[in-house]
Amino acid sequence: MEKSLTQRILITILGWGVALLLFFPIFWMVLTSFKTEAGAIATPPQLIFSPTWSSYVEVQERANYLRFALNSVIISVGGSVLALAFAIPAAYSMAFHPTPRTRGTLLWMLSTKMLPPVGVLVPIYLLFRNLGLLDTQFGLIIIYALMNLPIVVWMLFTFYKEVPLEILEAGRMDGARTWSEVWFLLLPLTLPGVASTGLLSLILCWNEAFWSLNLTSSAAAPLTTFIASFSSPEGLFFAKLSAASTVAVAPILIFGWLSQRQLVRGLTFGAVK
Amino acid sequence: MAVLLLWMIVPLVMTVWFSFQRYNLLDPSADAFAGIDNYVFLVTDPDFWVSLTNTLILLASVLAITVGLGTLLAVLFDQDFPGRGIARVLAISPFFVMPTVAALIWKNLMMHPIYGVFGAIARAFGLEPVDWFAEYPMASVIAIVSWEWLPFALLILLTAVQSLDHEQREAARMDGAGVFAQFFFITLPHLSRAISVVIMIETIFLLTVFAEIFVTTSGGPGNATTNLAFLIYARALLQFDVGGASAGGVVAILLANIVAFFLVRSIARRLEV
Repeated sequence: MEKSLTQRILITILGWGVALLLFFPIFWMVLTSFKTEAGAIATPPQLIFSPTWSSYVEVQERANYLRFALNSVIISVGGSVLALAFAIPAAYSMAFHPTPRTRGTLLWMLSTKMLPPVGVLVPIYLLFRNLGLLDTQFGLIIIYALMNLPIVVWMLFTFYKEVPLEILEAGRMDGARTWSEVWFLLLPLTLPGVASTGLLSLILCWNEAFWSLNLTSSAAAPLTTFIASFSSPEGLFFAKLSAASTVAVAPILIFGWLSQRQLVRGLTFGAVK
Repeated sequence: MAVLLLWMIVPLVMTVWFSFQRYNLLDPSADAFAGIDNYVFLVTDPDFWVSLTNTLILLASVLAITVGLGTLLAVLFDQDFPGRGIARVLAISPFFVMPTVAALIWKNLMMHPIYGVFGAIARAFGLEPVDWFAEYPMASVIAIVSWEWLPFALLILLTAVQSLDHEQREAARMDGAGVFAQFFFITLPHLSRAISVVIMIETIFLLTVFAEIFVTTSGGPGNATTNLAFLIYARALLQFDVGGASAGGVVAILLANIVAFFLVRSIARRLEV
């Protein structure tokens, strides 16, 4: 479609305007993190100032950022891998050996995701206390894996559905056992789907705040807890708060930028082709 | 699978069990079977009904905003303009920001009546700055949650728009269809599956919004922004009323299943699960 010059200029302005508007809070957070405390609460807000690292230094002195970040990485990756390990066989059996109840089971699993986690907080807390899992990385990994399992199973299921049955049957003819069927045929075929499922799970784990706040205190605490420790007492120290927020968000934000194409493919469940 | 089922069922059963008990962590001597007292107490508690309404208001508003705006933005970002790739990445960034951080940024850097950007803008126009969380608490929470989920809707819908057959639209244009007719009769029907996906996934997460409310308003002022998830949290961990909290949890589970039921009826068909 040919467009007139004014139309194209208008679209450009509109597109960039929307993008900048949506991004503005993040931009402002990063900007504020480089201000002094006095500068951060100056009215009217400063746009031009001499940047300083002091907030970052102070944040690092008060709380060991790297330890929290490492916890976040271990727990997110662990939870996602565990979820995939459970979900791949489950989705496999649902997709290729369906029973009349498969559809119902799948939807029921998904509906469990809609109940607020607080509903089961007390039982889980008591279970964890009795099993000695409170404030451990392993405990959170289990929780996160279970938390994302319904979505992960569902996404994998839709990817598996697209694999033509003939390929698997050909494999079976050649003597492939169920295990090698999954490992050598299915996994390579659906690798993009598995990857994007893992990506989404990773992002959800990283940003999860409810379980991590309630089940960890220090030893296994991820970045969400790190942020929470800056929120209440430090509510009015805007620069420090911004610095802490920036370092907590930066890894996953950059990760998200790099993987967005892959992510979209998974999120749309092959529903939009 | 058995282990998995156990993991899902045990906390559920415990919740149901506790919901029939008089069980307060502050008063261990009072443990007793309470029958349906907890439920009677719950449904006669005005807070409960308010929180139920709030949960649904939040769900409906955010869905309307994100799907509505998301569709328009998807069409916008489908147009070619200089720097579209970068603009798109900026626009989807909020999705990767953890809810805790998003809430903190909005509360302190954006909506703060004295130091926030909105306040500064208002003053620049000679207006009185608005204390958003005090005067429009629910609208503020909706705004924050929408900010987080709009990029998600945009991402999914954009992929769908891009898969639209351009020749089809061209043909419609030849036949004299205006921009609006093209949008309503070609683009929108084409997007219906993608919209279903967005609604489905967002509903899963919106029913359990917690961090945003916890950080910004703590359910207040009064109970203006208390949703079901927050109400149960307050019962269990602030008042230590395990029985009452569990009853709330059971109600939340029921609500989730009711919503899931309708959602699944209307949407799953289109997804061809």
